[in-house]
Amino acid sequence: MVNDTSVTLAGIRLQNPVIPASGTFGFGFEMAGCFDLNRLGAISLKGTTLEPRFGNPTPRIAECSGGLLNAVGLQNPGIDALVSDIAPRVRALCKTPLIANISGFSLDEYGICCEKADQCEALDFVEVNISCPNVHQGGMVFGTDPKAAAAVTRRARKATSKPLFIKLSPNVTDIVPIARACEEEGADGLTLINTLLGMRIDIRRRRPVLANRTGGFSGPALLPIALRFVNQVAKACRIPLIGCGGVASAEDVIEMMMAGATAVQVGSASLHDPLACPAIIDQLPKVMEQLGIEHLKDIIGIV
Amino acid sequence: MEKRYCTLESNSPVAPGVYRMTLSSDQDLRHRCGQFVEVAVPEKFLRRPLSVSLSQADRLTLLYKVVGGGTAALAALQPGAGLDLLTGLGNGFDIEACRNAALLIGGGIGAAPLHQLCRDLRAAGRQVTVLLGFNTASEILLRDELEALGATVHVATADGSKGIHGLVTDALQQVRPTFDYAYVCGPMPMMRALYPLLSETSEFSLEERMGCGTGLCFGCTIQTTEGPRRICHEGPVFKKNLLPW
Repeated sequence: MVNDTSVTLAGIRLQNPVIPASGTFGFGFEMAGCFDLNRLGAISLKGTTLEPRFGNPTPRIAECSGGLLNAVGLQNPGIDALVSDIAPRVRALCKTPLIANISGFSLDEYGICCEKADQCEALDFVEVNISCPNVHQGGMVFGTDPKAAAAVTRRARKATSKPLFIKLSPNVTDIVPIARACEEEGADGLTLINTLLGMRIDIRRRRPVLANRTGGFSGPALLPIALRFVNQVAKACRIPLIGCGGVASAEDVIEMMMAGATAVQVGSASLHDPLACPAIIDQLPKVMEQLGIEHLKDIIGIV
Repeated sequence: MEKRYCTLESNSPVAPGVYRMTLSSDQDLRHRCGQFVEVAVPEKFLRRPLSVSLSQADRLTLLYKVVGGGTAALAALQPGAGLDLLTGLGNGFDIEACRNAALLIGGGIGAAPLHQLCRDLRAAGRQVTVLLGFNTASEILLRDELEALGATVHVATADGSKGIHGLVTDALQQVRPTFDYAYVCGPMPMMRALYPLLSETSEFSLEERMGCGTGLCFGCTIQTTEGPRRICHEGPVFKKNLLPW
C-alpha cells in the first residue's frame, strides 16, 4: 500500500498534515534539539503582535479534566523580532513551511503585521488570529462578528499575497456567517477552532485560579466540539480548513480530516508530550494501512 | 529534554506532607544540579514539575510536597509502578560561579535541589555552608544528608522548636557565614527577603505553576531585567542581576 500522507494546503505541499498549533510549540527552537523539525507538515509559530507583549500575570495555567485553561495573553517579542530575527533562524534550522500567527488590537495592527510578514521570505503562510480569548481588547472581538471578521480579512488580504488563513473562535452562536465572511473577503483558508473560553475557581482561596480570571480551554475534551465546527464549516465553505482542537493521535488526525480538514493542528498534546507531533506522524501510515487509506488527501471531508 | 520510563523504587513520607521518591531506569538519569523533571500523573492531563534532589546514572531522587490532587496521586503510587518522565529540564545551578566557599539557602521543600548542589560543590572541592528554614522541627529535611557530605548546616525554625528561632534571614544574620557565592531556593517571600541581603554573586531558583515545563506554552513567564523569561526554559535558576526585585 502507498500510505501517502501528503496534502496540499493553499497551493503549498505538506509532506503530512500535522502542524503544531500556535502557542503550544514556542517558536520551534525549543524542540529543535529533541527531534528533526523537518518531519513536521508545517509549524504555526507563537502568536505575534505589532508591539512586544509580556502577556498576562501568572498563574496563566489551570488544569481541568481533559485539558487545561491558559491565559498567557499573547506574550511575544513583536512582529519586527519575528520577521528580522526569529523566522530566519527557524528557517535555518528546517525547511518546514512556517506559519506566522498574527494577532492585533486594531485593523491597522493586523494590517501592518501582515505586511511585515508578507515581506519575510522565511514565512510561508499567514494565519490571522481573530479568536484569542485572553486579551481584553481586540483578539476575539474580531472573531465573533461577521462584519468585523470580514474587515480584518479584507485588511489582511490587502497586506499579503502569501496564503492567508483566518483562525476562528468557537465562542460564537453561529460560526458559519463568520467563516463565509472570511471566505468572501479572500481568505485562502480557515483554521478552527481556537480555545473555548472557560474559568476555574480555587475553592479554598475563593478566587479564580487564573490571574486573568478566565482563560482558553484546550485539550482532548475539545475534539468532538472541534469536529462539529470543522464539519459544519466544511459544508458551508469551499476554502481549505486546518482542523484544530483536541487532536492527540493519528486516529484523531484522520477523524478531523474526514470531518473536512485538509491539515490538522496539534496543540495541547504537545504540552503533555513535546514529542506528540512526531509520534502522530510515525503512527499515521500504520493507521492508514489499517483503515485502507492509500492517499490521506482522499478522505478530506468525506463525512 | 529526554523522555525516560522509570520504575518506582520507593515512595515514602520523610516529613508531614513531604515524600521522597526514588526512581530507577536502564537509561541515563544524570541531571545537572537544580534541573527538574516533569512527571506524568495518572488521570491528570498536565505533568507535574518536580525538582531533582539527587541524580545518578541509573537513579533519581525526588523530594516533593503534596499540595493538590496531582501530587497526592503521586504519593499514592506503590513501588514497582512505572512512571513516564521528561528529564533534564531547565538550566540548573552554576557551580562554576563559586570559587571557594558556597552558601546554600533553602526554605521548606525548596531544600530539595540543594542536596545534589551540595554534592557537586563538595566534589569540586568547595566549602559549603547551608542555611535551612522550616516552620517547625518535624518538617526538617536533608540536614543529615548535607552534613554527611561535609557541609556546615544551620537550621532555623519559625516556631523555635529546633535550631535558630526565626527565618533563614535571621539565620543569615546570626551565622554570618563566609562565602563568595550564594544559591537560594525556597518560597517566593523567602527569596524576596533574602534578595537585598545578598550581593550580585548569587542566584535564585524560582517556581511557578507550569503548563508544559519545556518552553512551549509560555505559561510560567517572569519579568527579568533582560525582558520576559520562561522559568521552565531559561530558568528555573536566575542570577540575581536578572531579577528586578
